[in-house]
Amino acid sequence: MIHKTSPEIGGMGHSIKRKEDLRFVQGKGNYVDDVHLPGMVYGHIVRSPYAHARIKKINIEPAMKVPGVLAVITGEDLAKAGLSWMPTLFHDKQMVLATGKVLFQAQEVAFVIAEDRYVAADAAELVEVDYEPLPVLVDPHHALDPDAPILREDREEKTNHIFHWEVGDQKATEKAIKGAAAKAEVHAFFQRCHPSPLETCGCVADFNRATGKLTVYLTSQAPHAHRTVFALVGGLPEQNIRIISPDIGGGFGNKVPVYPGYVCTVVASLQLGRPVKWIETRSENLQSTGFARDYHMTAELAADKNGKIQALRVKTLADHGAFNAAAQPSKFPAGLFSICTGSYEMPTAFCEVDGVYTNKAPGGIAYRCSFRVTEAAYLIERAMDVLAGELKMDPAELRRRNFIPADKFPYQSPLGWSYDSGNYEAAMKLALDKIGYAELRKEQEEKRKKGELMGIGISSFTEIVGAGPSHTFDILGIKMFDSCEIRIHPTGKAIARMGTKSQGQGHETTYAQIVAQELGIPASDVAIEEGDTDTAPYGLGTYASRSTPTSGAATAIAARKIRDKARKIAAFLLEVSEEDLVWEPGKFSVKGAPGKSKTIQEIAFAAYTNFPPGLEAGLEAVDYYDPPNLTFPFGTYICVVDIDKGTGEVKVRRFVAVDDCGNIINPMIVDGQIHGGLTEGLAIAFMQEISYDEIGNVQGGNFMDYLIPTAVETPNWETDKTCTPSPHHPFGAKGVGESPNVGSPAAFVNAVVDALSHLGVKHIDMPIAPWKVWNILKEKGVVG
Amino acid sequence: MAAKQKVRVKINGQEREAEVEPRLLLVHFIREVLSLTGTHIGCDTSHCGACTVMLDGKTVKSCTMFAVQADGCEILTIEGLIQDGKLHPLQEGFKEEHGLQCGYCTPGMILSSLALLKRNPNPSEDEIRHGISGNLCRCTGYQNIVKAVQYAAAKMAQGGQR
Repeated sequence: MIHKTSPEIGGMGHSIKRKEDLRFVQGKGNYVDDVHLPGMVYGHIVRSPYAHARIKKINIEPAMKVPGVLAVITGEDLAKAGLSWMPTLFHDKQMVLATGKVLFQAQEVAFVIAEDRYVAADAAELVEVDYEPLPVLVDPHHALDPDAPILREDREEKTNHIFHWEVGDQKATEKAIKGAAAKAEVHAFFQRCHPSPLETCGCVADFNRATGKLTVYLTSQAPHAHRTVFALVGGLPEQNIRIISPDIGGGFGNKVPVYPGYVCTVVASLQLGRPVKWIETRSENLQSTGFARDYHMTAELAADKNGKIQALRVKTLADHGAFNAAAQPSKFPAGLFSICTGSYEMPTAFCEVDGVYTNKAPGGIAYRCSFRVTEAAYLIERAMDVLAGELKMDPAELRRRNFIPADKFPYQSPLGWSYDSGNYEAAMKLALDKIGYAELRKEQEEKRKKGELMGIGISSFTEIVGAGPSHTFDILGIKMFDSCEIRIHPTGKAIARMGTKSQGQGHETTYAQIVAQELGIPASDVAIEEGDTDTAPYGLGTYASRSTPTSGAATAIAARKIRDKARKIAAFLLEVSEEDLVWEPGKFSVKGAPGKSKTIQEIAFAAYTNFPPGLEAGLEAVDYYDPPNLTFPFGTYICVVDIDKGTGEVKVRRFVAVDDCGNIINPMIVDGQIHGGLTEGLAIAFMQEISYDEIGNVQGGNFMDYLIPTAVETPNWETDKTCTPSPHHPFGAKGVGESPNVGSPAAFVNAVVDALSHLGVKHIDMPIAPWKVWNILKEKGVVG
Repeated sequence: MAAKQKVRVKINGQEREAEVEPRLLLVHFIREVLSLTGTHIGCDTSHCGACTVMLDGKTVKSCTMFAVQADGCEILTIEGLIQDGKLHPLQEGFKEEHGLQCGYCTPGMILSSLALLKRNPNPSEDEIRHGISGNLCRCTGYQNIVKAVQYAAAKMAQGGQR
């Protein structure tokens, strides 16, 4: 158990109000588009209307004639500087501005810079690009057909196949499936989605010719990594690059990659010697920046007659679009998808993934997800329900029989993960009790007699977050540690900086609470700064629920280093030996003489004014934390839906979310994260899809077609917790921000399928729009 | 380029005027000409509501109006809500009830909530949800925004209207 500090100190477990809110509620946040520099000019991207076309000619003259236009940059211009292509974050490269041909609709073709953003947009309309349309490849299932057009002429391998990846014991799995008493098979397409934070991507690049310093204000979830990429790709000395990631209006994985627009903006500033701003429109954001999912998955689950799982086999086709721009650790082509055995104990499993190119926007980013965990959790939780149907067993009971028992942790999964801790049955029991599961089943039975459609969906997911241990995890070779530096000022106040970057998660509050917990300095006295690469220690950034597992851990360890030094100072001041001191948050006291003590504030002052001979002045520490393992948050979500037979509309009546993320820093913020993630899960289950027509036109390229739930469609979420601390994290925490997005899609879909299961329905692909349900009802003869 | 036109507004109690192109969007006028960057832009299709301001007492999405159409109007933006250094009950409510995360939708959300409370000082949960349905939030799931509006409604009922 974590020692609870007083409310005045506000350490872990206190729902203290967020420090960052004071500026946000007054409209005083500082987002990228709020950055205004003297002499600043504006960039606008010319994009391809075609999904696949040869570029025959680009005529920039009419655009250059527009008053106020300063330059038009094309791919050919960038090629001269060796910058027309850039590396993606995953063993591939991507065009910055197209040369030769375009490979997806809305691909970047030219960059117009003008004195005014309206003029830049006007001139972009006047850039004449002569295209010759080429055959378009939209369906990934046809990517490897003999007559499929080869999309990537730049590659030596003349195929649209990107990678094959497999893990597990294929033979043992096949054998177990062949001989199994019960089998379930599900073909599930996890549709292409987009994180779509409310603030789009953008940047302001400011190259100072006098000093040679480039400052880039960037919507970046990983500012340090981006600085290194800029240095390696652009050839600028790294000390002359400063990335400032200001307030970010949501990220959800969208702001991890380096986008062509950023590179163009930097090139333009280098060329013009003036600050250049480029801000995406919403359509540009949805049509061209990192999408997520697009996994065509098959799961086969085998069990004995009692429902005990014997094996899982997963086969997946991954659509990566035109370039493999997945943002994920370099040794994992399918991210952490091999967590697909989920919360269940099984002797063997086998998982394989093939990635292919298509004429779609590049990506494969981790949308509120620790690298393909969402796909994995959805697949296994769907397969569990299908298996329960085959066995005619209650889905909760099937789960209970197969959970990894609480006493078997750390648990080695058949696909290679070592789960740190868990108590799955306790979380499910709490959720079942809270929602009144037995009564709901009775109600469902009665409703069915009356012809009414009601369903209950369960998802007992396991997450895998906090990448990650340096022996396994890196991005572009940079190990995935993260960092914290703490400085205690003479007056006992503090500033701490991290390598991560909040995009709304409330780091300015939660990290201060960690310092408060460890040092007893009130959280209100601790300033937190992130996002400026000139001042913060190096780190890999915020995504994949890694901030608390990595930088949070580094914060605790750095604070403990400070406490060790404070102990030396306290011993000196109290004229006792260090062993004679006892610590409680905020002060050291002499054992047996509680009145004799020094507060952390007194010690801080002494660190600058009266420190022991032989000890360095000051009270500071830095820690680069390399986690020994990932953390494995989990939970059970239960959803109740009612379906309107007349319209096919699904109404979420209730949703209970029981989460276990170990020890909690700020319960209010954790609940807020759960609410938000569940709402994104709702959107994925019922509304959101980036689809393409047969010639590669984007069908979800604006908020009219790509739906974000409003307050009206969003239900009230009922949250609760169990607490199973991580045994290896310094204060027993796990990540949490993504659990609700990872765990909830299956709960929604399971509920809808459950409502229709008596009609023989086993699966419906997301998004479950009313027309899909209505078509099923019509097909099954429920409506005329 | 069409000839510039003079636009005169009273914004957050202050008279401001500028010569602008007739096609300049009101949101760009507010953000870039008047340097009030609390009003945000989140989409191109007037769906998201991040750019919501009050114009002559009614909410408008300032990305769907030209600045010249606002000539002679009174505008309230998020920067005008604080009075004598004291937060408006809605601003306080959003902070107290954790009604925001990234903060990007917050200014528009607060102004839509203000318009709602002016029309209906004691709204039900359902009325609040409908009242803010023109504003998208990607972070909070709206639940705590509803609580923030309820907090403000209670506070405003106690302490007199603002």
